[in-house]
Amino acid sequence: MTETATSATARKASAARPLPSTLRLGLARGAIENKTFFREKDAVIFTFSFPIILLVLFGSIFSGDMEGTGITVSQLYTAGLIGAGVMGAGFQNLGIGIAGDRDDGTLKRLAGTPMPRTAYFIGKVINVLVIASLETVILLAIGVYMYDLELPSAVSSWVTFSWVFLLGVSGAALLGVAASSLPRSAKSASAVISMPFVVLQFISGVFIPFTQLPTWLIDISSIFPLKWMCQGFRSVFLGDAGAALELTKSYELDRVALVLAAWLIGGLVLCLTTFRWKGRRDG
Amino acid sequence: MTNAIEVRGLTKRYGATQAVAGLDLEIEQGEVFAILGPNGAGKSTTVEILEGYRSRDSGEVSVLGVDPARPTRQWRSRVGIVLQTANDAAELSVRETVRHFAGYYPNPHDPDEVIAKVGLTENAGKRVRQLSGGQRRRVDVALGIIGSPELLFLDEPTTGFDPEARRQFWELIEGLAHDGTTIVLTTHYLDEAEALADRVAVIARGRIVAEGTPATLGGRHTAKAQVTWADGSVETDTPTKTVLELSRRFDGEIPGLTVIRPTLEDIYLRLIEPSA
Repeated sequence: MTETATSATARKASAARPLPSTLRLGLARGAIENKTFFREKDAVIFTFSFPIILLVLFGSIFSGDMEGTGITVSQLYTAGLIGAGVMGAGFQNLGIGIAGDRDDGTLKRLAGTPMPRTAYFIGKVINVLVIASLETVILLAIGVYMYDLELPSAVSSWVTFSWVFLLGVSGAALLGVAASSLPRSAKSASAVISMPFVVLQFISGVFIPFTQLPTWLIDISSIFPLKWMCQGFRSVFLGDAGAALELTKSYELDRVALVLAAWLIGGLVLCLTTFRWKGRRDG
Repeated sequence: MTNAIEVRGLTKRYGATQAVAGLDLEIEQGEVFAILGPNGAGKSTTVEILEGYRSRDSGEVSVLGVDPARPTRQWRSRVGIVLQTANDAAELSVRETVRHFAGYYPNPHDPDEVIAKVGLTENAGKRVRQLSGGQRRRVDVALGIIGSPELLFLDEPTTGFDPEARRQFWELIEGLAHDGTTIVLTTHYLDEAEALADRVAVIARGRIVAEGTPATLGGRHTAKAQVTWADGSVETDTPTKTVLELSRRFDGEIPGLTVIRPTLEDIYLRLIEPSA
């Protein structure tokens, strides 16, 4: 039969033909991840529009100035919620998303194909970058049009923004990958991942200024990356006048870089040592 | 003929449980081979070791000439796997999913042809989430065969199918076997094994307790036939002779006549009895 003949020649060809490259498959995974994400309305609302809704809400409720600095509360929230948005896109989205992939058989199925495992992570990183960038642009647009946020004109500010964004988003993504192994199932994932994230936002100066927090809470939040990411973003969007509002009267950009880089490395180590391709039920 | 799969002395232990206890297996290239066995007999563990999903404690294993404990991408591209349960890729359409998976392989089939082959052409634009259980299973099969595998693992592929869907599925598998794909099938349905498999092995207590064609497994072909009629029943090696004698006695039609050979199920149940 002709069919038998074609499949026999096809097999001969497959021995010679090279496997598709990791980068190409990583990009293909990224496209699939984005498609899937934006089609899942729950996930979009949960990770994506949460900071947007909060910014509109808080910006409307608190409309005063910060003691003689000329900075409005809503501007402060814009910077803070960009930090929270970036963290959400990385930590929360991946933590819940990968736990789901593990639970519904995605990971097991992929592990059975010739897809290089790195391609899966490249896809997730692309997904996180797209969400985080889009979210930042929308939050900035709201800040500018509704709350008189002034975008910095100095190149140096945008350089700062770029490295804070990239270090922050990669660290948050790796932490999300690592945290995805904690929930026992996809059902428990959103509780296990979101609860600590919400607490972290409250103690990291996203919603409540540091000046109103007790020292021991600030000490705790200083361990985690969100506080430092928000601090970095404030330096970009509030400018020198806002430094007076910081606890140390400075944005401490060197420490921001140090802590975020440390989390990036720590997150990578956690991922490499704890990642599971199988669900708990699969043994 | 070379062997697609060779297993010698395979063992695997989970804590105190010896899941696989010295299992030997040879599956020829181009063969449809069914593995039967009760839950917890070591069937899934064995298949997962062959698929490269699970490590083993000891024994020699070769799948397409490669040790599955060290799976390479090249080897993965020659093996297709249809898993037992999967609910993934729900938000993608059938066509998007199959096309995407085709991209993983060096020499995939045409995605639309594969979709047609599993009978999903009319549903190709639908999201996987919207499909029925049986249709979803067909997507699983499509993803298993998209890379033109030389060897295909099917883990309980028709669980939850209605009878018509099962028949259609069997035709699909027969077509693949006809094209020369080696197929390893695990199933709980003995009629399925009988319809599809060239050879059958029964696993119980971590070992193969019987192996053969569905017609000869466990001495089925030499087993006594049971002849039953309106007021009697007899087990015999020569049922034709018995029927002729009865026919003479009743002078023509024998009331309520049945002649039963042991079914594959009878043989199977006898093989997996704990005392056997």
